[in-house]
Amino acid sequence: MKTALVTGGSRGIGSATCKALSTNHKVVIGYSNSKEEAKKLEESINSNGGNAMSVKIDISDKNSINIAFEEIEESYGIVEVLVNNAGITKDNILPRMKDSEWDDVIQTNLTGSYLITQRAIKNMMKNKWGRIIFISSVVGISGNQGQSNYAASKAGLIGLAKSVSKEMGARNITSNVIAPGYIETDMTSFLSEENKEIIIEQLSIKRIGKPEDIANVVAFLCKEESEYITGQVIAVDGGMTT
Amino acid sequence: MEVNDVFEKVKNLFVDELGIEESKVSMEAKLEEDLEIDSLGIVEVVMAFEDEFGIEIDDDELADVKTVGEAVNLLHSKI
Repeated sequence: MKTALVTGGSRGIGSATCKALSTNHKVVIGYSNSKEEAKKLEESINSNGGNAMSVKIDISDKNSINIAFEEIEESYGIVEVLVNNAGITKDNILPRMKDSEWDDVIQTNLTGSYLITQRAIKNMMKNKWGRIIFISSVVGISGNQGQSNYAASKAGLIGLAKSVSKEMGARNITSNVIAPGYIETDMTSFLSEENKEIIIEQLSIKRIGKPEDIANVVAFLCKEESEYITGQVIAVDGGMTT
Repeated sequence: MEVNDVFEKVKNLFVDELGIEESKVSMEAKLEEDLEIDSLGIVEVVMAFEDEFGIEIDDDELADVKTVGEAVNLLHSKI
């Protein structure tokens, strides 16, 4: 069984992804603050016949990444599937945005994904096999008011993923992006019912997305048979961007 | 470590890491033309060198390395 690491794995899209991958992967739940949720998910997967461990990783910190990878490699061997899902938001309109809001979001969402991908990819190269999936966002494609920092970080992931796909294709390492639309998670829980209705109105599929909608596509891209798909951005957004 | 010992280690890395035929690895062999190592392969070899010898190699230092012998000499100078 291959080992899959999902950053931000304890909640929302990350949690659903861990569950979806657990049927045929050893799953590492990467968490930063939600230790309790991570442990619960770990127990739930293990009691359902899967193999899961949870590891604390602050992806914005190289040292934390190295410590986490040593722990993973000791227990589960090298990371063969990396799902870059961890991310934060600090919304503000540009004229009001503080440098710290910009820096924090770029550091975690973009630089963090760079750091952890760099750590993982060296062993994937040796192993001549790997799957890297970046969870971006539709706002990285279309922009969003109040989210210039988040949108820039998510657009940055697309450039990162495409470059990695070109560098690593010869080593059977694929690198793809999933751009979720509005998905029902803690991150979007601030939306009022009224605003949700307005969003749904604009979609082809008349509902807000579920974390499982994204997790299923991650699981598909991780398959052996998906080896000819790389450098792609797959919007999973109910038809928001067409 | 003698130059010859470094060469033996380098040869083993080429054979083990990149699956290159042992007989092809000589001091004179050109990395790209003779051993058919692509740019990514060179990166892999460098990472393996760094692990094996516990050193760090700058990209600048690599620019002039075209043959096995030049790689061996560079490593020898750093150990």
